[in-house]
Amino acid sequence: MLDDFLMRAALAGVGVSLAAAPLGCFIVWRRMAYFGDATAHAAMLGVALSLTLSTPIFAGVLMISLLMAVTVSTLSGRGYAMDTLLGVMAHSALAVGLVAVSFLSGVRIDLMAYLFGDILAVGKTDLAVIWGGAALVLVMIGYRWSALLLSTLSPDLALASGISPRREQLVLTIALAIVVAVAIKVVGVLLIAAMLIIPAATARRFSRTPEAMAVMAAIIGVCANIAGLALSYHFDSPTGPTIVCVVAFLFVALNVVNAVFRRTNRQLSNGQNVA
Amino acid sequence: MLIQAHNLSVQIGKNRILKNIDLQVDRGQIVTVIGPNGSGKSTLLKTLIGALQPSEGEIIRAPGLSIGYVPQRLHIDETLPMTVQRFLQLPNRASTDAIRETMAQAGLPELLRQQLMSLSGGQLQRVLLARALLEKPDLLLLDEPTQGLDRRGTADFYRQIEQIRQSLNCGVIMVSHDLQVVMRRSEWVICLNGHVCCEGKPELVSSSAEYRALFGFDEDDESLALYSHRGHYQGSGDIREAG
Repeated sequence: MLDDFLMRAALAGVGVSLAAAPLGCFIVWRRMAYFGDATAHAAMLGVALSLTLSTPIFAGVLMISLLMAVTVSTLSGRGYAMDTLLGVMAHSALAVGLVAVSFLSGVRIDLMAYLFGDILAVGKTDLAVIWGGAALVLVMIGYRWSALLLSTLSPDLALASGISPRREQLVLTIALAIVVAVAIKVVGVLLIAAMLIIPAATARRFSRTPEAMAVMAAIIGVCANIAGLALSYHFDSPTGPTIVCVVAFLFVALNVVNAVFRRTNRQLSNGQNVA
Repeated sequence: MLIQAHNLSVQIGKNRILKNIDLQVDRGQIVTVIGPNGSGKSTLLKTLIGALQPSEGEIIRAPGLSIGYVPQRLHIDETLPMTVQRFLQLPNRASTDAIRETMAQAGLPELLRQQLMSLSGGQLQRVLLARALLEKPDLLLLDEPTQGLDRRGTADFYRQIEQIRQSLNCGVIMVSHDLQVVMRRSEWVICLNGHVCCEGKPELVSSSAEYRALFGFDEDDESLALYSHRGHYQGSGDIREAG
């Protein structure tokens, strides 16, 4: 089963979607949308680092992403706003990464592959890394779920219940770094942020509880992955961007359906009132 | 003793918000902190729950102290879907029976399935109270709990707090600028303005010169609350002007 490259690609995409869904929800709730971008940009430096040190790409990216996650978590709330810090770190890390890559002599790396990912080239080892990372992230988030939620809702209420919002933020940023590191091969640097945010944003309108929103985001992400893969195979389009196109389409379509449905509902109930 | 503050000072940036505060709350005791806007009341509560670090002095909590905190207001981001039922169980799950009982205790109608965002200010306040009670706290911290309630609502609210104190035998620290009603029901009143201006039994504080000076401005718009002291106020007009 794993010998088929399409099957490997689908499994890789599903793994990333599952881990990205709950994280994406927290990113939406905490208004950290830029965080995914920043960590993803910083990952370029990680790619350069691994090429220089001849370590696996995953290790270099994970190290740099973790470093950034911890730095941003530590510095936030100390005179700099989160988005400012992220901006500074993201752009400088990306620039340094690109410059570093250009100095690597003899190595012609395909930057496009890291920017947009290459899900069709996923091997069995990659699959193990992705599912290992995804499982780790899901366990981390699942274990801290209530504490994370309460810290997101109100840091003061969390503190009164003996929860440290700073620690929870660190857990969240570390989980995010892990997801970026495992997902870079699948959807690439530029599209990770989209896979984090769009499924969660799509799920918002249809959810009554945080848990429902996370599950819904996971379902949307998984469907978009499989549909995107099929479409890209059919039309011979780049796979990563096709997946993001599908999830963006779902966002628009479900919102339109929701708006129309609500309006019809209102008109119906108005009609009844008049009658 | 549930919680004790010794010589507590809190500095935010370069501003010293609180200076040399001493405070103690015992089980079954209601301590009311009153003070004008910007006197550091909320800062004091936030320091007691550990959200702010004291720059000097210390806070001693009874071992295993469980705190129920009811903040002044709660901003709910519209991106976060949250039913009342789910919110009440953050961070710890509770049985349906316990939830119903607590809802009744907090004087709430059936609204477990409603979104937190759709609640009115008064309802949200009670939901926050219910959430705090669900944990059966040893110490209840209430930050301006009657803000936005009319006089009747305020009186009802305090009656409920009284019942809660009796049934849970918990300590209560309440921050308020709502003078008269509060004071009748508390054992100890602390009059705060950065430092402790005066403290003591309610009757004692209400007749103290410091208290009157601090709240003198309220005479015109809150004549109701201070009606019984009107005579004194005529005399302390100079102090008010000076303050």
